[in-house]
Amino acid sequence: MKLRVLLAAGALALLAPAFSGDRFWLQFLGKAMITCIFAASLDLLVGYAGLVSLAHAAFFGISAYLLAGLSNQLALVNPLLTLPICLLAAAVAALVIGWLSLRATGVYFIMVTLAFTQMLYYFFNDAPGLGGSDGLYVNDRPRLGPLDFADRPTAYAGIWIALVVTYLLLTRVLRAPFGRVLVGIRSNEQRMRSLGFPTPRYKLVAFVIAGALAGLAGYLDATLYGFVNPAQVGWRQSGLLLMTVLLGGKGTLYGPMIGALLLTFIEHYGEQVTTHWNAIVGAFVIAVVLLMPRGIAGLLRGARG
Amino acid sequence: MTLSLFALQLLNGVEYGLLLFLVASGLTLVFGVLGVLNFAHGSFYMLGAYLAYWLSARFGSLWIAIAVGVPLMVAVGLLVEKLAIARLYARDHLSQVLLTYGLVLLFNELQSYAFGNDVQSVPTPAPLSIRIPLGEAQTWPAYRVFTAVACLVLAAAMRQVILRTRFGMRVRAGASNAEMVSALGIDIRRLFAALFAAGTALAALAGMLAAPLTTVYPGMGEGVLILSFVVVVIGGIGSIKGAFLGALLVGLSDVFGKVLLPGFASAIVYAVMAAVLVLRPRGLLG
Amino acid sequence: MTLSRRTLIGAGATAALSAVLPRRAYGAAKLRIGLLLPYSGTYAGLGNNITDGMKLAAAEHGGKLGGREVEFVPVDDESDPSKAPANVNKLVFGEKVDVLTGPVHSGVAMAMMQIVKSEKLLTIVTNAGAQAVTGALCVPHVFRTSFSNWQTSYPAADVMLKAGHKKAVLMFWNYAVGIESMAAFKEGYAKGGGTIVKEIAVPFPSAEFQANLSDIAALKPDAVFVFFAGAGAAKFVKDYADAGLRDRIPLYGSGFLTEGVLAAQGAAAEGIKTTLHYADSLDNPANRKFREAFKKATGRNADVYAVQGYDAVNALAQALDKVKGDTGALKELVAAMESVRMESPRGAFRFSKAHNPIQDIYLRQVKGGQEVVLGVAMKDADDPATGCKMPS
Repeated sequence: MKLRVLLAAGALALLAPAFSGDRFWLQFLGKAMITCIFAASLDLLVGYAGLVSLAHAAFFGISAYLLAGLSNQLALVNPLLTLPICLLAAAVAALVIGWLSLRATGVYFIMVTLAFTQMLYYFFNDAPGLGGSDGLYVNDRPRLGPLDFADRPTAYAGIWIALVVTYLLLTRVLRAPFGRVLVGIRSNEQRMRSLGFPTPRYKLVAFVIAGALAGLAGYLDATLYGFVNPAQVGWRQSGLLLMTVLLGGKGTLYGPMIGALLLTFIEHYGEQVTTHWNAIVGAFVIAVVLLMPRGIAGLLRGARG
Repeated sequence: MTLSLFALQLLNGVEYGLLLFLVASGLTLVFGVLGVLNFAHGSFYMLGAYLAYWLSARFGSLWIAIAVGVPLMVAVGLLVEKLAIARLYARDHLSQVLLTYGLVLLFNELQSYAFGNDVQSVPTPAPLSIRIPLGEAQTWPAYRVFTAVACLVLAAAMRQVILRTRFGMRVRAGASNAEMVSALGIDIRRLFAALFAAGTALAALAGMLAAPLTTVYPGMGEGVLILSFVVVVIGGIGSIKGAFLGALLVGLSDVFGKVLLPGFASAIVYAVMAAVLVLRPRGLLG
Repeated sequence: MTLSRRTLIGAGATAALSAVLPRRAYGAAKLRIGLLLPYSGTYAGLGNNITDGMKLAAAEHGGKLGGREVEFVPVDDESDPSKAPANVNKLVFGEKVDVLTGPVHSGVAMAMMQIVKSEKLLTIVTNAGAQAVTGALCVPHVFRTSFSNWQTSYPAADVMLKAGHKKAVLMFWNYAVGIESMAAFKEGYAKGGGTIVKEIAVPFPSAEFQANLSDIAALKPDAVFVFFAGAGAAKFVKDYADAGLRDRIPLYGSGFLTEGVLAAQGAAAEGIKTTLHYADSLDNPANRKFREAFKKATGRNADVYAVQGYDAVNALAQALDKVKGDTGALKELVAAMESVRMESPRGAFRFSKAHNPIQDIYLRQVKGGQEVVLGVAMKDADDPATGCKMPS
């Protein structure tokens, strides 16, 4: 119960910038919230299904680039149209990549997902007409009647709603039988199979849900910044996200979100302290691994007794 | 493509592959036997290269730099293992990835602080600076021949150590069943420490050998790291022979990919890895 | 956000004071200049040199521009376009800088332009050569003191044709800078009747060139024109020499092939000809003075990146003097910047209509480990500024 109160309080606190209108905080926390969605979606795979995927940045990028394409080529600005299209594209990509990757297990699975993310990175980087390494602008950001998402507070509110919905959706999914089967697969796949569950199908469904949510994060990012770039797709981004999830504490949903917020703040303030801020982040990461085996969320859990 | 060009590209691919093998061999050992996913492997490569630069500038000779640098990196490996890695044997792979990632950030800052951010060169040792003519169009630097030969010699030496020595026997036993080995009274911790140090030294040595060819610059470990993982996975985790084959495959597909399929050259290596894993989900020899 | 609070209090006090006192300069508020540059990773050297060039210029003006004390606000952009919007956000809205400068990487510049175009903030690009910055995306309050990718590559075509090289092979990194450089070269080369035998695109940032070098050796063109920079350029030049090509097939490139890595390339770079808007050995009073001062202040040798930063602050100084430090009077400030004329270490400097430098492009050759200026490859080179519609 206490945790729920804390999370609700945190969510309400995050609403503050929408009222103050401070342009820095709107973009800064907006991005942080997008990373929270991104991280929570990966936690579904890493923390609950036990699947370490490095392909997550690919789904983020596919959705983001598609929004740019829909806006620039087809002048589609209605989010009621573009959002479902982008989410569907990310989900389909996750279906294909997931189906191909899940034939491998363990580290080999991780590497296959890596291979796909790299191939997609080079596709976005090399294919003509996609902006190359300079990236693309989203010329017209989503607009719905009086709501213009190029306007910061509006975009921020949209991101906030998306974050809350994502969290509630994921908790619902995980509490349902589907979620329990996933956790069962993570602890002992053999047993679940012997109990009659078609485990590959469950893993694939989890992969697709996670991929679609990653697509949501990508869509929101392209809306907030109006800019997409191949650097967002690739193993570095996927790797960084994985680090965020692990730091925050996998298998908790809120842990990776806290991890995302924390890392964003550390990077921001660390830079003001010293030019060698990377060392600060590195030391922090090592400290968390050695001292907090369950990540930062583990601290909170401990506090609950 | 003419026969001579084909032969030349074959040579290019093999030479590239051999150097990749040297870097990847340490990684596959550490992962295969210790079960540790060492993200900092690329950093050891980079540290080796920077040591080659610093020591060869100090002592005026690459050979002395290597002679001093390798034992130094063995010590570094032992230290890192004791302070950080040893605590992770009981933990899962992901904690190892995360910790070694933190190490990467620290090593990067260390490099920036100690050596600065400029691109540095390491002079090729004089006797190996000659160029060997290959046909009438191109020459090959003797130093490349040397590194290729050195990698082959080291590969053979590794094979001997693994197959013929007591240490190698323990390594193989530890790879199959660490618990049993330790139950038999062999100090598994010392074995692991030695192995990690060996892996570190191999990566560093690769960096030292490559330094005159690649020059020394910040972030040079990153690309090597990802390629090493690709090689290890293609070959099969824990298999030195696999790493050898995997490295050659990567080297050759990269070279021929660039020449025959320039539009896809960047993605070729990853496509090859994906293809291998589809056909043999545990790698070639895993 | 301690800095922001301080600035807020300071600004508040200033506002209160200036309500009482007669208005002179733009308050006593510090002139905050944002530096969006890489301070870590492969491009850190460039970021450091640009910064030190800027600091040198500021020091030469007594630390004050337009009567206001200069405060540099650096942000490490890591040359990462995916983090660029957040970093620009940090400088523009968080630190609320008065002037924004940078970046090194064109992808970062594109992200920056997206945000800056609608913000009334004077922006000076101190490196990124992306054509669009003073082309399709041009805005009145954005200036560039570095170069456009066109400027540094187009003149090389004429140089090569004059030397009798009618058949060339192109080799370049397949990313925005490389592609734009090659496009500019091809434009000039085709105009003069040259033929491109083959275009070899290398995935960025791959530095494995052996396969392509063997290819070039087999093709036997008259000359090779390339784009590489940094560590990759160092390796390329060494590999080119090792493959025996340096003495057989002349190598040309834009100056980035050797800038900053000449020492690392050593003897392998001998004889390479490059075109660039600067050369260390330029013999003019401004350059001599600048190089001496830079060496004294930092202990390092100046390079083209330092010059770009140096010129940015000097141009800003001229412009701010005209508007008495009022960075809020954007229209006047822009007009003042447009009228800047100075003797830069690179030669005479002024801005084009699209706010790109109009500058001489020098032909340099590496001789004895130094860049020797052979002459001017193109006088008063002005970037075509394709697609730029600057409101008059």
